[in-house]
Amino acid sequence: MSRFTMRTEGMEHKDAGGTANAIEVRGLTKRFGDLPAVDHVDFSVRKGEIYGFLGPNGAGKTTTIRMLAGLMRPSEGKGWVQGYDIETEQWKVKQSIGVVPDASNLYGELSLKDNLIFMGQLYGVPRRERSRRADELLDDFGLLQRRKAPFRALSRGMKRRLTIAAALVHRPRILFMDEPTTGLDAAAARGLRKTIKQLNSEGATLFLTTHYIEEADQLCHRVAIIVKGKIIVIDTPEALKRQTRAEEILELKVEKAAQELSQALAGIPGVLKTAEEGGVVKLYISSLNDVMPELVSVLRGKGATLTSIRTVVPSLEDAFVRITGMEAEKLRSDQKEGRP
Amino acid sequence: MMNHAARTYYLVMKDVKTYYLKPPLISWGLMFPGVMILAFYLKNPTGIHDLIPGLVAMTMLFGATSVEAVVITFERRVGSLERLLMAPLSVTSIILGKVLAGVLFSLVSGLIVLLIAVVFLGSRVHGWISLAGIMVVAAFCFSALGAFVSVAVREVFEAMTLSNLFRFPMLFLCGVFFPLASLPAMLKPLALALPLTYAVDAMRTSLSVPGAALSLQLNFVILVFFALLITVATVKTFIRRLDETY
Repeated sequence: MSRFTMRTEGMEHKDAGGTANAIEVRGLTKRFGDLPAVDHVDFSVRKGEIYGFLGPNGAGKTTTIRMLAGLMRPSEGKGWVQGYDIETEQWKVKQSIGVVPDASNLYGELSLKDNLIFMGQLYGVPRRERSRRADELLDDFGLLQRRKAPFRALSRGMKRRLTIAAALVHRPRILFMDEPTTGLDAAAARGLRKTIKQLNSEGATLFLTTHYIEEADQLCHRVAIIVKGKIIVIDTPEALKRQTRAEEILELKVEKAAQELSQALAGIPGVLKTAEEGGVVKLYISSLNDVMPELVSVLRGKGATLTSIRTVVPSLEDAFVRITGMEAEKLRSDQKEGRP
Repeated sequence: MMNHAARTYYLVMKDVKTYYLKPPLISWGLMFPGVMILAFYLKNPTGIHDLIPGLVAMTMLFGATSVEAVVITFERRVGSLERLLMAPLSVTSIILGKVLAGVLFSLVSGLIVLLIAVVFLGSRVHGWISLAGIMVVAAFCFSALGAFVSVAVREVFEAMTLSNLFRFPMLFLCGVFFPLASLPAMLKPLALALPLTYAVDAMRTSLSVPGAALSLQLNFVILVFFALLITVATVKTFIRRLDETY
């Protein structure tokens, strides 16, 4: 018996549009006024997959989850979760999924165990099973000893853990997680990623949104990069990195005026894109040999003093920058600001 | 159907457990009516008897509306209302659960005042069953009214302020402190449009206090009508607000 015991049996329900995907989305759109928050997105999540939505704040990640979870009506397009239409079969959709919202919004006044029991009641877990299931989850998430403490007395990491446990009470087949590790310290985030992997190894399909590039890289089987409501690319982290690997990245460390230098280097033929961060200039280039002579002359012309130069293996972050044309810094500043 | 009823029941029990001891509820729901009653008693200990129907109804009104301001507005602010909306629970079940949490509080607070009146002040109850019926439907009316106000605003204090905007005028218009008959003619139509009027009127009959204008049965039917009307309006408003928000 698995630790988290997700429900993997009973998958014989109807398929969405003739496929056996856990989630299927076609032309899904949500407009607030005239402004499209999610703009005609198409994607499908296979059963047993960890699927990541990667993008900055305001990209439409949470709005997509809200539409799939039956909290928001799409303005246009269709979606199926576990084969159920997200508009006409909301009840069945809600019963078959677990949602971990971006905020840990359980009831501060209730004890940990009472919170889980209440969720069991809401999701129709039989009376005999509720208390046992609550204890089982508290044990799994290392919270059993504090089961009588009120939720508000927990640390942020513990609150997050209970919020995930609460989404698992009714053994859902699909788990939606909105920014699961935001606001957690490194150790808590690492623990949580381990939990997510374990849930998946036990058969759960996971749909998660994140603006942490490393998180998407470590966890997801496939990643959809979403910017301004549109999906730009969907692929495995490996393939995304490979796509960038066709190019080379040259990292120059300079003593001063890195930004100015970065702009000057952008004009060199063969330099596809430049990025500057903390005195390091990154050049995305097609070929080292083509770029080198001109590079040396620009450096000389600017009187720049190099402290180091190296070629680097592209990370998913590099792929993100290359694909979206967006600075990775933009994502990081979103992280610092936190969510509204 | 059973599913809906059971989940609504659990929602009510959760709200009772979670919010009945919240400070705004204690201050507006219990202390305020308590202080009012004490003030009237100290001013005129012998005349308080005639005021009991109005004081019971007032206590129930303040209790119910204060609960609603907390269980709806507070939950929306901390985001746990969203949790309920994501659960397999209809909007009507959620609103009913919230309203019933207010009904229970309202009944208990009204009952406390009633028992004090019967035991210590010698009030006589004409018919316990009819009184119970009136109290239940009145509590439902008041609680639905509180829910209606709460779904329309964002913050707990806004809900409390907006509630006061109609709670206080109702005290003077609806026969709580003096019978409807002594109200200026131009204010009468307004009094007749407010559910508290019928609750107080019915309680006069039930507590053997003279001055009731309508029969117990008619008051009961009108209160049922109000309760249904306000509940439907609350569900509709809530759905409209959800569409705007989401």
